[in-house]
Amino acid sequence: MSDSRSFAAVSNPDDTSARAWRALATACVAALLAAGCASTPDTAEQSGAQVEERSVGAAGKPSAKDALPQKPVGQPDIGSKPIAAEPAGGGNLPAVLRDPKSLLSKRSIYFDYDSNSVRDEYRPIVQAHARFLLDNPRLRVTIQGNTDERGSREYNLALGQRRADSVRQAMSVLGVTDKQMEPVSFGEERPRRPGNTEADYAENRRADIVYDGEDKPPVGK
Amino acid sequence: MQIPQHTSGEFDPRRAPPHDRQRRVLLGAGATGLLAAATPAVRAQLTIEITGAGANQTPIAVAAFRGEDRTAQALTPIIAADLQRSGLFRMIDAREVSPAPAQPSDVRWPEFVRRGADALAIGSVDPLPDGRLEVRFRLMDVARQAQLTGFSYTVSASQLRLTAHRIADVIYERLTGDVGVFSTKITYVERQANRFELKIADADGANPQTVLASTEPIISPKWSPEGTRLAYVSFERRKPIIYVQSLTSGSRSVVANFRGSNSAPAWSPDGSRLAVVLTRDGPSQIYLIDADGSNSQRLTRSGAIDTEPAFTPDGRSLLFTSDRGGSPQIYRMPVSGGEGERLTFEGGYNVSPRVSPDGRSFTFIQRSSGRFNVAIQDFSSRQVQVLTDTALDESPSFAPNGRMILHATEIKGRGVLAAVSTDGRVRQRLSAGSSDVREPAWGPLLKAQ
Repeated sequence: MSDSRSFAAVSNPDDTSARAWRALATACVAALLAAGCASTPDTAEQSGAQVEERSVGAAGKPSAKDALPQKPVGQPDIGSKPIAAEPAGGGNLPAVLRDPKSLLSKRSIYFDYDSNSVRDEYRPIVQAHARFLLDNPRLRVTIQGNTDERGSREYNLALGQRRADSVRQAMSVLGVTDKQMEPVSFGEERPRRPGNTEADYAENRRADIVYDGEDKPPVGK
Repeated sequence: MQIPQHTSGEFDPRRAPPHDRQRRVLLGAGATGLLAAATPAVRAQLTIEITGAGANQTPIAVAAFRGEDRTAQALTPIIAADLQRSGLFRMIDAREVSPAPAQPSDVRWPEFVRRGADALAIGSVDPLPDGRLEVRFRLMDVARQAQLTGFSYTVSASQLRLTAHRIADVIYERLTGDVGVFSTKITYVERQANRFELKIADADGANPQTVLASTEPIISPKWSPEGTRLAYVSFERRKPIIYVQSLTSGSRSVVANFRGSNSAPAWSPDGSRLAVVLTRDGPSQIYLIDADGSNSQRLTRSGAIDTEPAFTPDGRSLLFTSDRGGSPQIYRMPVSGGEGERLTFEGGYNVSPRVSPDGRSFTFIQRSSGRFNVAIQDFSSRQVQVLTDTALDESPSFAPNGRMILHATEIKGRGVLAAVSTDGRVRQRLSAGSSDVREPAWGPLLKAQ
């Protein structure tokens, strides 16, 4: 390595080629955006999100396991499926769950910053759903925990889980079994309000009670 | 594909290139189809802005390779951009040197001495009868008028960009003594409205390719050690589930879909197992699971939040985030189980640990005065250095040579990727048009089969 000693000079930065590179890259992006891609709405998505898998490389064999549409990545992206509108959901569930006059239409339990205790003001909502689940043993809920966007996504996922689990425990005390409820977390990934004011954050520190068969809970405090 | 390919005779055969010594080539046999199939990507490509540079920069001139203007992809702009981006080189303009030298005998040395170049890259691209191209390049020491290294490559037109990254790697290695990572890949998640796309791209942001597209969030993508699989968390079934997807075949499988949330996958260094976070027993705890989803085994029993596991390179220990002491801090524990040892003590929020490739330090996110910054801590001295001055950094990961840390941050309310050198001097920013980019992970060096 003795000959590399001749490369120890300290010099001023020269950004000529960086500028050229940026210009080139910007032109590329513009061209790509201009190409765009056609989209048509897709309906009839039963449950779960739309997902496309791509193989990176030579055309791969589809996976039998998940049987989801796949395309080799090397192909132009014009085959991409658009985002389907969320179906209204809840068609087969008792209408009272969406009746604004019923406590059962209220699904959100809000939490203080860095807290996972269910505040007293939300006890009636938890009690109403616990009673409803006990009266309707075939129904099942997912309790979805959420957090504001500050901090690590995975740590927030765990904090959201803790909130969901608090609601699960409160319902468990009232007699609901784990067969009828599953606590999960969305962490900071699905904020109801995307802003970053304190009011937005407060709205996102929340657990939602979602009945199987619904895509999203009705929003109401 | 045979890259790099030695030609003895004209080129210096005595100096075995570092790549050959370590038996690394650009891509394993299984992944070569990627190059052949690669067509220009349709969506927004990451563009790179350099926001800081190293203190010691080697002045280098990269002369246009003879014949590269007749190919679909000129190599030298890519080589120059790679070197520039590292922050360790100062590019000397050689465009006015005409004709550009292709052989050592063509070089008019005083021209390059006058421009202040210490090193000079020269080369040529020539078509072969079978339709492929022969790329020849040499790195010259300007002061000694002598060759430092040289290679030839026989490639198809679609491999020119990759060949340019390889040449930049050779130059980087020869002049810095470190492994080059210009030919590696990165992964990240791009969000546009309600569409989430898990992507992989070249380390310079070129060639973005969609691995998975979904209307629900995708987080925590992690490269398998051999670089042919990604583990990630997808919310497509309305809850976090861990998948492993092959990048060569596109097929994927569910690794963990237990009751509750399944998240934070981390590959063991041998690629056989994953450390994951499950809530099937209540709290978020760390488990080990085989890469095919079998044999899950609980590792932590804290009852607090234990998450973000990351293996040490020797595979014997895990670093992770836990709030067992009241605030989220970073701990280390043996993979065989047992108590965790707390590693971070400064401040009330230290999360997202990743261990450096040499195992001597770890990077993490530290909150201080409401700002979240990339920091690095030395295992033995426990010295902490904050590396960034942005406010909302997340998800740091090391380049495979340990020189740079790729991370997410936010600029004007939009997610962008950034990279910072482990000494904090060199900074780059990568952004993708108007979309939101997050959850980056730098891929491994790709080994020969």
